[in-house]
Amino acid sequence: MKMTISQKIIAYHSGRDYVEPGEFVFADVDLALANDITGPVAISEFKKAGGSEVFDRDKIALIPDHFTPCKDIKSAELCKALREFAREQRITHYYEVGRMGIEHALLPEMGLVLPGDLVIGADSHTCTYGALGAFSTGVGSTDLAFAMMTGKCWLRVPESMKFEYVGKPNPYVTGKDLILYTIGDIGVDGALYKSMEFAGEALKFLSMDERFTMTNMAVEAGAKNGIMEPDEKTLEYARKRGKREFKVLRSDEGAPYVDIRTYDVSQINPQVAKPHSPDNVVDVYELADVKIDQVVIGSCTNGRLEDMRMAARVLKGKKVHPEVRLIIIPATQEVSLQMVKEGITEVFLEAGAVVSTPTCGPCLGGHMGILAKGERAVATTNRNFVGRMGHPESEVYLSNPAVAAASAVLGRIAHPEEVVRG
Amino acid sequence: MKFTGRAWVFGDNVDTDVIIPARYLNTVQPEELALHCMEDIDPEFAKKVKRGDIIVAGRNFGCGSSREHAPLAIKAAGVSCVIAKSFARIFYRNAINIGLSVLECEEAAENIKENDLVEVDLERGIIKNLTSGKEFAAKPYPDFIEEIIRAGGLLNYARRGGQGRV
Repeated sequence: MKMTISQKIIAYHSGRDYVEPGEFVFADVDLALANDITGPVAISEFKKAGGSEVFDRDKIALIPDHFTPCKDIKSAELCKALREFAREQRITHYYEVGRMGIEHALLPEMGLVLPGDLVIGADSHTCTYGALGAFSTGVGSTDLAFAMMTGKCWLRVPESMKFEYVGKPNPYVTGKDLILYTIGDIGVDGALYKSMEFAGEALKFLSMDERFTMTNMAVEAGAKNGIMEPDEKTLEYARKRGKREFKVLRSDEGAPYVDIRTYDVSQINPQVAKPHSPDNVVDVYELADVKIDQVVIGSCTNGRLEDMRMAARVLKGKKVHPEVRLIIIPATQEVSLQMVKEGITEVFLEAGAVVSTPTCGPCLGGHMGILAKGERAVATTNRNFVGRMGHPESEVYLSNPAVAAASAVLGRIAHPEEVVRG
Repeated sequence: MKFTGRAWVFGDNVDTDVIIPARYLNTVQPEELALHCMEDIDPEFAKKVKRGDIIVAGRNFGCGSSREHAPLAIKAAGVSCVIAKSFARIFYRNAINIGLSVLECEEAAENIKENDLVEVDLERGIIKNLTSGKEFAAKPYPDFIEEIIRAGGLLNYARRGGQGRV
């Protein structure tokens, strides 16, 4: 029987030759992940259920990234619980402030997720790792507790949808624009319970960082996972960073898809998702009169090195608009360090931006840039729900890093060419 | 198990950020979370909800974050059951895993109004609108999900030796 790459990875991890979409399996996980918000709940459930020792201390990652460096006493207590559990269980992959990063940027960068892996995480953006040809999906804290005890996770084998991108992307059209465009097309529940498989010749123009952006936002269409078959770029990335063998799997010719959609990327402009839904997507040109108070460049969606380089190209020699705060958050220590080495940090500081330590921070309205009532932000993050970045009457527009940088300069939503040309 | 309660009706795509805003995620105490349940969509909800009340919603209920705090907050607020046209997948599995009753039923979601008195027979999957007298059948659970529900959540299921088989 023909299978998609997602089916194959699930079959392989549940000791089966074939799995059927719709059936339930218990799959072995290669890595189980939690953060400072979801980890403490998982730890408490683990203990309540009588857990004494985790199934494999090398296959659990506990990353304090959401409210860190701790924003208040309560969040410090949560981090303390995570830290103490990591020490008690001698968890290999626990990373402290100063060495950590936003989980979904950090783990691939460290080579902890590789092609063919099955990864679960108590964080909805765990689907990010699909860019590596891995099956990865977000779960809850109880699932995580169960996985820490047993090394397994229950999964309903998803049906797959295929998205083919053809043509060559225009300047300033990035992975972020392709995924926003796609979510705009199918809606926030357009891929509910399903796998989004991204394919097509246009993907070869995208860096690994841009590919992570695409799979990262699969959950914004309701998907269980986003995935791409590995190509040369993927393998180069995996070989350079990974320290173990991995399995390259691909979808069979004639594998079952419940829907196949093709997009000509040469027809796509930079996209912006308007409040309050990631599928409320329009061309950037339609929003040129929207004034803004704040810009955030960062997050598990767009806080990687290529994102920072892109923002720096727009901001070089420019100044942030007097009425705008530009907050830049490199996703990991490595990104931060590389920004310093390449002079990117200098470009940002000279422009009048603030450059933060790695944290999820304002993306989820945690800290480091919360919006007041009536304020409006452009952010390279992933969600613009009511109250997501602060007051329930604040607004978030989602865009790529170049659009965000250009908007910071002009004080209104802008196409990068408006700034770079001038 | 049967529940009877008043309906709180919401629309499509109720996300986890409005169910429990991230600014309250610095605690894991369900009772504390319950004080802010649905705060950004209906600030009165947490004050007025009564034990046994039922949430009725449209499509994709619970979309967004994986925070288990969302079903925990709803459960701790005293809500007996959530009926929706469809659920976002992580919210759905979290609810099943922690033992919050969730029923998928498009017809019920369309025919229950705010404050209607609703009775739910969980075993039979029957939803009755006692105010209008109409009755609806919820979509049956897959067998595997049913087993977890009967065990009283995922970890109880595991304790009974449930892992490793389906």
